[in-house]
Amino acid sequence: MGGRRSGRSRGDVILLGLCAAAALVAVLTLCEVAYQVISGSSDALSKFGLGFIWHATWAPPFSQYSAGGFITGTLVSSAMALLLAMPIGVAIGIFLALQAPARVRAVIGPLVELLAAVPSVIIGLWGLLVLAPFVQRIEPGLNSALGFIPLFGSPQTTGASVFTGGLVLTIMIVPIIASLSRDLFLTVPPDLQDGAAALGATRWEVIRGVVLPTTASGVIAASVLGLGRALGEAIAVTQVIGNGNTIHTSLFETGDTLASRIANLFPGTDPLFTSALFYLALVLLVIGLVTNLVAQWLSRRFAAHAAVLR
Amino acid sequence: MTAADIDISREESGGDSGAPRRVRIQAPGSQPAAQGRGRQAAAPRHTVFEIRDVSINYGATRAVDQVTLNIYRHMATAIIGPSGCGKTTFLRCLNRMNDSIPGFSVAGQLLYHGHDLYGPRVNRVEVRRRIGMVFQKPNPFAKSIYDNVAWAPRNLGLKKGLDERVERALRDAALWDEVKDRLKSSALGLSGGQQQRLCIARAIAVEPDVVLLDEPASALDPIATAAIEDLIHDLKRRYTIVIVTHNMQQAARVADRTAFFSLDTSGPQRVGTLIEYDDTERIFTNPRDPRTRDYVTGRFG
Amino acid sequence: MTELFDPTAPLAASGNLRRREIVSRLATGGAMAAAVLAIGVLAIVVYSVVHRGGSSGFNLDFLTKPPPLFGGPGGGIAPELVGTLVIVTLATVIAAPVGVLLALYLTEFAGRRSARIIGSAMDLMQGLPSIIVAVFVFGFLVAGVGQSGYAGAAALAIIMLPLIARSSQEVILLVPNTLREAAEALGVGQWRTIVGVVLPNALSGIVTGVILAVARAAGETAPMLVLSSVFAVNQFKLDPFTTGAVPNIPFFIYNLVEQPQPGSIERAWGAAFVLLTMILIANFIARLLLARSRRTLAR
Repeated sequence: MGGRRSGRSRGDVILLGLCAAAALVAVLTLCEVAYQVISGSSDALSKFGLGFIWHATWAPPFSQYSAGGFITGTLVSSAMALLLAMPIGVAIGIFLALQAPARVRAVIGPLVELLAAVPSVIIGLWGLLVLAPFVQRIEPGLNSALGFIPLFGSPQTTGASVFTGGLVLTIMIVPIIASLSRDLFLTVPPDLQDGAAALGATRWEVIRGVVLPTTASGVIAASVLGLGRALGEAIAVTQVIGNGNTIHTSLFETGDTLASRIANLFPGTDPLFTSALFYLALVLLVIGLVTNLVAQWLSRRFAAHAAVLR
Repeated sequence: MTAADIDISREESGGDSGAPRRVRIQAPGSQPAAQGRGRQAAAPRHTVFEIRDVSINYGATRAVDQVTLNIYRHMATAIIGPSGCGKTTFLRCLNRMNDSIPGFSVAGQLLYHGHDLYGPRVNRVEVRRRIGMVFQKPNPFAKSIYDNVAWAPRNLGLKKGLDERVERALRDAALWDEVKDRLKSSALGLSGGQQQRLCIARAIAVEPDVVLLDEPASALDPIATAAIEDLIHDLKRRYTIVIVTHNMQQAARVADRTAFFSLDTSGPQRVGTLIEYDDTERIFTNPRDPRTRDYVTGRFG
Repeated sequence: MTELFDPTAPLAASGNLRRREIVSRLATGGAMAAAVLAIGVLAIVVYSVVHRGGSSGFNLDFLTKPPPLFGGPGGGIAPELVGTLVIVTLATVIAAPVGVLLALYLTEFAGRRSARIIGSAMDLMQGLPSIIVAVFVFGFLVAGVGQSGYAGAAALAIIMLPLIARSSQEVILLVPNTLREAAEALGVGQWRTIVGVVLPNALSGIVTGVILAVARAAGETAPMLVLSSVFAVNQFKLDPFTTGAVPNIPFFIYNLVEQPQPGSIERAWGAAFVLLTMILIANFIARLLLARSRRTLAR
């Protein structure tokens, strides 16, 4: 700990103690989260072992539980959200940081952030009652146009599907990626952009050739943070995804994610059921932590990179 | 702008005697042929930039007032003056780098080979492709040395003979021998002076007509500065050079023509303006305007 | 070297520039379209909520009356509104002091290494899915005891803590060092400098962060679903410290959607309208405060 010097007054010691205690509480809470989730899942861990992760049976009446279907659903819906949200979010970041006049930026920027402030339960409500009926109408069209790709199978639902879940997640993570990448683009030194423009490059060439490469690791970190949010979102997804049990490739069928399944069934009806739900939480926690650490590592890399440029 | 005007401006010789502008103090007899730099003056001078009564404003603030001067082909023209006198602002106008600054506006006539630079159908990207610029602080891209130079030619579709083009640009920028073994390593690993020469290589790789240099050596040590100055001597054989510098010795060493800008404090606002423009030798040995004399002899600024 | 172009040609786009300019226009136009799309989605969501929840049937009763126990028309969401305020207030009382102290530790006391570790822990905590936080608090405070308002508040506090700590850290770092030095030059202790100079200067920024965290927590549904969801919708519960779920708006909305009674969906939209209005107002106030604190700190 830095700043230690002789002659600290009692007030200094008390304040330092309080602050250090707060830090300790935070770190301990984090450890306690991991401990609770692991200890809660111990029954299921010993009964199902690691096979829990790749099997796909979910049959509470027979005390058979596994995570495979939900892991698939989580990854598919989040991947879809990321694929849609990353280009849209980065494009919004570009618009706000590099194109929009200051006055437009001051209005649009906060509005985009406001989209992130809409609670998931409201996005879910809207997704179920407004978006899903709309999706139900466009799914057959997408199926007949793109049906040769297994992802766009024949629609079987009322609009509640993995596809709708992915759209809802997209809406939730676009503002995250947009505001983070806007902040990144604002850090690109203007003289670097001038240098590129002075070589007879168009605005887009400057962005693609200079702005994006200089911020690449930061943009990816922002996207991974958005992905982390999508992976862990429970409520909005559970409202629109249809809570199906099977593993399949089509986006237009119902599915379920880890977070959504936990939210939907917690705390279960018997101890093993509860433990299986804790195990789902453990899987989600591991995926979430890995995602987050990757994002942290990437943004630290970006910070080191940006320091060189300045 | 008529065709006749263009012809006149292109064939105009250096004296430019018939223009009784407020800031032009050049006398009719000052044809530079008799002087030491007669090499260029023997041939008729081609005017690249013909600048008439150009004023630059940021919003309601006037930054540069009523500048009139001609910049000639394959010469190095220096712009000197105390800080804040609008040298850089003026330079950045020559390839429209100021356009994106809010409130920027320019009045007067800025002709480039007879075409109005700020005319209605002018493409800014095209302007900058012909008129390159090197900045005060070296600003290499976070790419390899090779890609720094190859980036702009690639944009232009000059993909044939790209390796040769990169090598030629690096050679012309006197950097080739230092980097030829590490073309794929990051440009950010070069020293400041090397980075600045890389920026020059980058600028000439697209074979522009004019290269604008904005205090290119101000962030460099004396040895790197000397290297840049040597380079400018070589470059002006093929390119028209305009260099802004706060270093008078540098202007004296590299420039054929020198423009002295200063702050006009007579009005309500302090505003930059051109005091005197002439052959470099004349500016430094026998300036007409007392303000120029004070500046070059170090009594002011 | 041959020249690539005639320098005396007009300054219109030449060579491949016309095509490149089209590409550039398309790309920059696409970026603008993306921004328009996001604003459009926001507008549609807000419009849906206002149109279906705010226009017909919304009146003062909706805020002051409890809903009928078994569905049906009339009544409001008063117990849920009050319950949400109770839970969020308790969560704020826990999270705000801890968060600010944590920020002070990071900015004023911690060495480089401990700052990095705790900063990283804050990022991990912020990245925790709220359902995981809910499951954790369930194992910690609810299992074997039963649902309660304080469990819900604890979960919300965990969600708010990293938000408050991070935003406070940012504004505290903005307090000019000259102010600290001026205070220390007077010979006062470090704690007096912090309490008397650093915190007051950062105050409106800290409050901004707390308000944004409150706005975020007020809409959190997953913790409510797991920790405070078994309640009689028409009964007030003001004491969060006793066992027993506290009614709250987020779970109320979530649950209404699955109810078969007529009017449930309308009530859900109405509750969504109230919740969204509160959150948007909080965001608006936070933004005003932020602008103010930037102005003061920039001086």
